[in-house]
Amino acid sequence: MSADSAARRFGVAVLIAWLLLGVMAPWLAPYNPLLQRIADRLQPASALHWLGTDGLGRDVLSRLIYGARPTLGLVVLVGALMVPIGLTLGILAGYCGGWIDRVLSGTTNIVMAFPQLVLALAFVGLLGPGLVHAAFALVLTGWPAYARLARVETQQLRRSDYIAAAQMLGIVGPRLLFGHVLPACIPAMRVRLALDMAGIILAAAALGFLGLAERPPTPEWGSMVADGGKVVFDQWWLATAPGAAILLVSLAFNCLADAPREQADGV
Amino acid sequence: MTAPSPLLVVRELSVRNGSSAAARTIVDRLSFSVHAERVALVGESGSGKSLTTRAIMGLLPAPLMASAAELRFDATNLLELGPRDWAVLRGSRLALVLQDPRHALNPVQSVGHQLDEMVRLHGAYSRAERRERIEAMLQAVGLTVRVLGLLPQQLSGGIGQRVVLAMMLLNGPQLLIADEPTSALDVALRDQVLELICELVSTRGMGLLLISHDLQQVARYCDRALVMYSGRIVDECAAAALPHSTHPYTRALWSCRPSGRTYGTELPVLDPNWQIEEPG
Amino acid sequence: MRATQNQGGDIQIRDLQVEFGAGQRARRVLDALDLTVVDGETFGIFGPSGCGKSTLLRVLAGIELHWSGYIRLFEHTLELRTSYRGSLRRAVQMVFQDPYASLHPRHTIERVLVEPLQVHRIPRPRRVALEALEEVGLPATLAHRYPQQLSGGQRQRVAIARALLLKPRLLLLDEPTSALDLSAQAGILNLLNRLKPRHPMTLILVSHDRGVIAHLCDRAAQMRNGRIEQLLDRAELSQE
Repeated sequence: MSADSAARRFGVAVLIAWLLLGVMAPWLAPYNPLLQRIADRLQPASALHWLGTDGLGRDVLSRLIYGARPTLGLVVLVGALMVPIGLTLGILAGYCGGWIDRVLSGTTNIVMAFPQLVLALAFVGLLGPGLVHAAFALVLTGWPAYARLARVETQQLRRSDYIAAAQMLGIVGPRLLFGHVLPACIPAMRVRLALDMAGIILAAAALGFLGLAERPPTPEWGSMVADGGKVVFDQWWLATAPGAAILLVSLAFNCLADAPREQADGV
Repeated sequence: MTAPSPLLVVRELSVRNGSSAAARTIVDRLSFSVHAERVALVGESGSGKSLTTRAIMGLLPAPLMASAAELRFDATNLLELGPRDWAVLRGSRLALVLQDPRHALNPVQSVGHQLDEMVRLHGAYSRAERRERIEAMLQAVGLTVRVLGLLPQQLSGGIGQRVVLAMMLLNGPQLLIADEPTSALDVALRDQVLELICELVSTRGMGLLLISHDLQQVARYCDRALVMYSGRIVDECAAAALPHSTHPYTRALWSCRPSGRTYGTELPVLDPNWQIEEPG
Repeated sequence: MRATQNQGGDIQIRDLQVEFGAGQRARRVLDALDLTVVDGETFGIFGPSGCGKSTLLRVLAGIELHWSGYIRLFEHTLELRTSYRGSLRRAVQMVFQDPYASLHPRHTIERVLVEPLQVHRIPRPRRVALEALEEVGLPATLAHRYPQQLSGGQRQRVAIARALLLKPRLLLLDEPTSALDLSAQAGILNLLNRLKPRHPMTLILVSHDRGVIAHLCDRAAQMRNGRIEQLLDRAELSQE
């Protein structure tokens, strides 16, 4: 197995595990993540609590499993909004050209100048804590990259024979753009998306660390790292477990981004 | 009187898609030799002719693997060469010209730089000596020193191919393998470039192994022709005798060419289920 | 000698100019070109690369709109800078040079043939598509494959089937066999000859290979530097 495909399989495996954790949390977590047992606080790993307990006696493993949910939700939400918006605007700009292109490209460039995390902080500050609010900021600053790559691909495609053939056969408008042009943008989009997701995971963790993600006591990896950071020298597992989870998932996305090019490249 | 020994001996060369027993055989026990003459391997795409040359030059991409009873260039056993030996051999005694000159030339270096590098790689000459060799070679291929300052993308097809030829012949190789050297060129240029190749080969006493799908071209410019189909040599004759070959495949390949005389007629098409008869 | 009055189905080109680039770097690709193609004939155009033959075809195809001059296709006089619409768009179709580039790599063969039929609301598109495949000598099993899984000759057959779906009056062929080897080329040329009587239409074929032109065409034009240098009739072509 080549290094490429081994990395890819690793990435896919981790992401599937993460998805399962998030979806099946109620069935997989051994304890209620919100259940406090002050008497058992700050215990190291044991047969009862595989990853020990935190400052309020809550099972770390259960909080870790449930903690997959907010980040999972964020990633899905951001991806589902950012990509379609970006691709559509980019394809329109690349295909129509002229003033439409100028307006859309100008808008893209302006939005691209916004700092992602700062904007996320601003939104959360305005609307209150919650990853959904942060999601809006991430979508807003994320779509330009997809618009750009879609625009470039579309411009190149305009000169291709199969687009010309489709036009001659009367295939025009949305049918042409979404049925013929869009599929050609997908390979580049996939790589970009995988890398973006890795960054979004880290952005979510950063917000959580600052206490701006979910309201306590909802478990979330970033805030777990923050909590664990206070006792990191004595109870090192409290910060390490969620930190490792964040690292793994981010790494998994990076591995996917390295996926080998499609068979369509070399016949 | 013994005949001069061959430049290239190929015996039972096979190219397979992998090393397991179930691997597909693409080239099947090919045997032929090349002396100081012009030999052509003709066939259609898929016949295995390009892979044969790659195998001879040690350039087969994984997972393809070559095996042979004997694969000898002059006194060198090609089957035993390591990467360093190949680097010494290719470009000095054994040269390869491909279809698209743009694939043989480094796009970010000038022509002059690449020709110079070619000479320096295989011998120690002074700057003046190198310059002399390059200029003599350019003249032989019909170019002027003006091309030395150009980048490959500034060269037209015909000129690009001449530059590649010059580059490959600079170190006086004994054998030139040319894989469809004119297919990417305009029809008008094809004859010119092929004539040039043949002229250079004969004045230098070199051998030529030409890969082509153009029977008419081969009949005009080569001495001997080996017709390949599906990984095997199915017919072998003097190139001039190609139009009169009695082999059904060769005949069909020769006569399926369209022209003014075939107007309105149905051209003979090679049946994809055509059977090869085992020899003997 | 044909009457100079417009025959209903002829193609007339007068003083066609196409220029790329601007100012000093402007390059005249087609230069005051005059040509008449008779309705129903198979007309060939050949010449060295850069002579403008492909551009001429693209102008006629309606995919190159930056031209000036006078063009009349059948009963339509073409307007400048206007793309083809309606019956004119259906009436002109093209087979492109590179079979590897003219079929969308992510569409199955079935989709390639069914989609134009659906767009033009032709009934029973799947059935028509399968019949089109059969007509060009391809088995129905190919319908579910992708272009990468077909050989160059097979792809070109699909391209021809696709071009004929809308029953065009003018079929343009841009070096249709240049990327194919000899026997695949022979198969395509035979196919075109077989299809001609069943699809009455005008064919304009561009090729760098004089043998292909001479085999297929009734008349031909030799181009150079954006102009027609010489017209050849059938007698002269049979000498090629």
